[in-house]
Amino acid sequence: MVELKVDWKPRDENTVFHHPIERIDGVEKASGFAKYSTDYAGLHTRLLTSPHAHAKITSIDLSPLKDVAGVKAAYVFPQRAPDGDTLFEINWEGTPIAAVAAETPAQAAQGAKAIKIEYEVLDHFVDEDDLEAAAARGLSKPGRRESVDGDPDAAIKNADVVHKGHYGIHSITHCCLEPHGSTCAWNGDDKLDVQLSTQNVSGTGGQFAGAPEIGIDAANVTVNCEYIGGGFGSKFAADEWGIACAALAKQAGRPVQLHLGRRAELGVAGSRPSGFADVTIAAKSDGTIVAWDSHHWGTNGIKGGTVSQVPYVIQPEHRRVRTTGIVTNTGPARAWRAPNHPQACALTCTVIDDLAAALGMDPLDVFLKNVGISTGSQLSNPAEVYQAEMETAAELMDWRGKWKGRGQWDDSGWKRGLGMALHTWGGRAGGGSCTIKVHPDGTVETFAGTQDIGTGTRTCIAQVVAETFGLPLSAVQVNIGSNKYPPSGPSGGSTTIGGVSGPHRRAAIDALGRIFDKVAAKYDVDAAQLSADGENVVAGGKTVCTWRQAAGLLGPMGLEVMGEGPKNDGLTSAGVGGVQMVDLSVDPETGRVRINKYVAVQDIGTIVNHQLAKSQVLGAMIQCIAYGLSEERIMDNASGRFINANLRDYKLPRIGDIGELVVEFYEPDEQYNKGVVGLGEPPVISGGAAIANAVANAIGVRVPVIPLTPKRILDALASA
Amino acid sequence: MNPFEYAHPQTENEAVALLGEHPGDSTILAAGMDLMPLLQQSVLETKRVVDITRVDSLRGIDTVDGGVTIGVLTTLEEIAYSPLLAEYPSLRDVVDGVRAIQVQQNGTLGGDLCHLPNCWYFRSGYGLLARDGGRSLPEVGDNRYHAVFGNSGPAKFVSASRFAPAFIAWGAQVRITGPEPDQEQWLPLDQFFVTPQTDRQGVTLLKPGQLLTHVWLPGAGQKLSATYEVLEMEGLDWPLTAAAATLDVDAGRVRRASIVLGHVAPTPWVSHPAADVLIGQTVTPETARLAGEAAVSEATPLSANAYKVRLAQTSVTRAILKATGQLEGGL
Repeated sequence: MVELKVDWKPRDENTVFHHPIERIDGVEKASGFAKYSTDYAGLHTRLLTSPHAHAKITSIDLSPLKDVAGVKAAYVFPQRAPDGDTLFEINWEGTPIAAVAAETPAQAAQGAKAIKIEYEVLDHFVDEDDLEAAAARGLSKPGRRESVDGDPDAAIKNADVVHKGHYGIHSITHCCLEPHGSTCAWNGDDKLDVQLSTQNVSGTGGQFAGAPEIGIDAANVTVNCEYIGGGFGSKFAADEWGIACAALAKQAGRPVQLHLGRRAELGVAGSRPSGFADVTIAAKSDGTIVAWDSHHWGTNGIKGGTVSQVPYVIQPEHRRVRTTGIVTNTGPARAWRAPNHPQACALTCTVIDDLAAALGMDPLDVFLKNVGISTGSQLSNPAEVYQAEMETAAELMDWRGKWKGRGQWDDSGWKRGLGMALHTWGGRAGGGSCTIKVHPDGTVETFAGTQDIGTGTRTCIAQVVAETFGLPLSAVQVNIGSNKYPPSGPSGGSTTIGGVSGPHRRAAIDALGRIFDKVAAKYDVDAAQLSADGENVVAGGKTVCTWRQAAGLLGPMGLEVMGEGPKNDGLTSAGVGGVQMVDLSVDPETGRVRINKYVAVQDIGTIVNHQLAKSQVLGAMIQCIAYGLSEERIMDNASGRFINANLRDYKLPRIGDIGELVVEFYEPDEQYNKGVVGLGEPPVISGGAAIANAVANAIGVRVPVIPLTPKRILDALASA
Repeated sequence: MNPFEYAHPQTENEAVALLGEHPGDSTILAAGMDLMPLLQQSVLETKRVVDITRVDSLRGIDTVDGGVTIGVLTTLEEIAYSPLLAEYPSLRDVVDGVRAIQVQQNGTLGGDLCHLPNCWYFRSGYGLLARDGGRSLPEVGDNRYHAVFGNSGPAKFVSASRFAPAFIAWGAQVRITGPEPDQEQWLPLDQFFVTPQTDRQGVTLLKPGQLLTHVWLPGAGQKLSATYEVLEMEGLDWPLTAAAATLDVDAGRVRRASIVLGHVAPTPWVSHPAADVLIGQTVTPETARLAGEAAVSEATPLSANAYKVRLAQTSVTRAILKATGQLEGGL
């Protein structure tokens, strides 16, 4: 068999791949034809959740349900019901306790209300920033990391400039617009079909099958997720409410739909841990950072973990880092887009910005000077790449032309400011496999148990396969979103684009070689000389046969080949960086912030589709504006509740809040030749810090804790 | 949501009769912009929903007695674009601030004036006064959005109405019918709002069986007006604070002034100190600033909302400047 080389085509030979193609499923999504898990009907459900942040359940009485019309099934979550003296301990408000399925939403709600639950209410603690209070109550514990490199005390003592400050970034939630949930339907007693909103199509079937309440063979569970309305790292599991849905459906003998209500979605379906820090940073008068000494803390809920990876990207020679976790009665943390990185970036890049102000230097110069300092760690990108990206971003922003020191802007009314920050990420391809079928008429089908959480997975697969076969996009039919297709890894950590493009390219090249072998035998040509140019198979510029004729040589069964990944063949890679810069204005009388211009420069290796890549960056920038300015899980100390767990008080930006967004990919030839790297996480990391730095530049005062709400900005100005 | 009766009267008298049959357990439905979520989340429970949208007498904008009468079913958009209200720009300012086209097209004047507080404790089921085990939650908990005036009693929430400051600053009167058929009374709008001492009292003086039907505005004359809302976001959001100013300016000097703040107290908050500063003065950035300072001189912020005092001050200053065409710089 002819051996075709496995690589990407030279950059300028691509006609579909590496081109800005619109989403092939965009019309379905925009027109409402795309079906999400919420579009599959079933009995209506209502969850009964705990109103208390900390309590024990002393009794659960389902008997009143028999008097509620329309109720078809009820479910008590595992271990909630008292077992002798063993009582279930609730550790956060919103903990699911029971679920009711009924003919109508109102009947389900009445059913949930009819269930009688008694609690023994316990003291709660929800203050994420108050280290002292947590320690006084025995709710703080040393973090996993406590390290000293070099001699930070001496370095600080001998430094030209030393800056100390308190910084923080609050918890946010994933806030998926399509809430977590599923529609479950049984075929007989042992076959379960799940329409699940998931980032993990291939990995969740076994979780349903293995749950004690379900107890069937994994082979008998079908999980489908053709489209998903947001995941951001929170939808990898079947989740206990997914198991509840399947159990209710079995009990009722009818399909059941169970999606979290908005309050539960915000409260229990995932959050990004908070981070707070007291930091000392020291530098030489030329801006070289020599020492870092920090104590940082925060919470991921009842487990009492905190963020890590501080300091971020830049690693001064002398460092001391101490962490403390706080145990709080708050909803559980889940991976939020670039876990740890937005917090670490905020707790580092805001400090460096303050150091620049103390030095009387432009922070761009301080970042340029120090980006190569990575003592004891490996930068994912060479410093030169960061420096080139900073210069590009500075040009797009006209940073050098605009820059003025803190409080030195000559303006009245709105105060203008600039801010910047850096980030890094891995983005290595996830595990995955696929099948490609070439039909005798030359059309192509692909199958992979992957999903599209915003990557544009279908479109990218179609581009890879169409480019390989020399076909138009329309000749490739892409099938994803079922666990009955060849397994693919979960979409998390920026692993999807590499996870699907590698296997599909390998399989398509394999198939093409097999087809060329048939053509070579039939037409007596050298298979190694053949190529597919769109309509024909050609050799040395001469048409040998049409693509359809070539496919016809496969016989009535056509051809089916498998592709796998990741492999170290150069198709995919890892390790990216980026820089973001923000130009904004602050109204010092109201604390309102208006984004004027926001620039993101990013490297991501081989870009499969510039338009979709840009779309991912734009979405990330909007999320940065959200968590930078307004989005926050507000835990109320008095009630122990996530008091703003609704879309009125959990404030997200709208179009008018966004400003001008500029996306630029850093893509010299060495980036194209690097291989495909994931992009989901990196652009969401540094925007919060860049916004905070721009506000400090505008008003001359550091607003220490993100998000920078009017309250925090006015409070900072008042105490300055 | 509990089951409830749904009634759809055709006349004010029918509505009043239906509202009176379950005293305290009937709810008025107009556009339902806020009522539906309140019922769905079981914050409110009711035995009867009285849908007044078929009562034609509650619609429309008409010239009456030298002023303008507006039915409570009039939508925000109709108020913004009515030629009869063109001389009342402070009303248009309110509609512009709502931002969401859906709310502008569907939301009604009556729904706004009777809007229940957005206090997150109330919305979490703790009742209007947000008490839990003898504690006032806004007092001991997170009060960043709560009252900075009129908060010495048990009510700490802020009035939610966005129109009320502007209408009160114009000297609006309201018509109430019921509880008896054809029974009606007119009273100044600022007297319509009450600060409850118990959870059952509500935020207006409407009693069971009563219906707010119309608002009357006196003639605009040459008066100037504006509303300034401090909005945290550009999209649909509730103001952090607001102020409405109606000014009677003669020969460059203020003869009469009415300054009313919103979202700072359990009721709309009329500021006589701010108005007094302006009387006899020329409106300048400096006099507007002094009026803003005077407006908040007696503020009583809670533990975490001192920033709202600053916002209230800014709202007053900017409403005055906006009314006189002096607000600049895209503020």
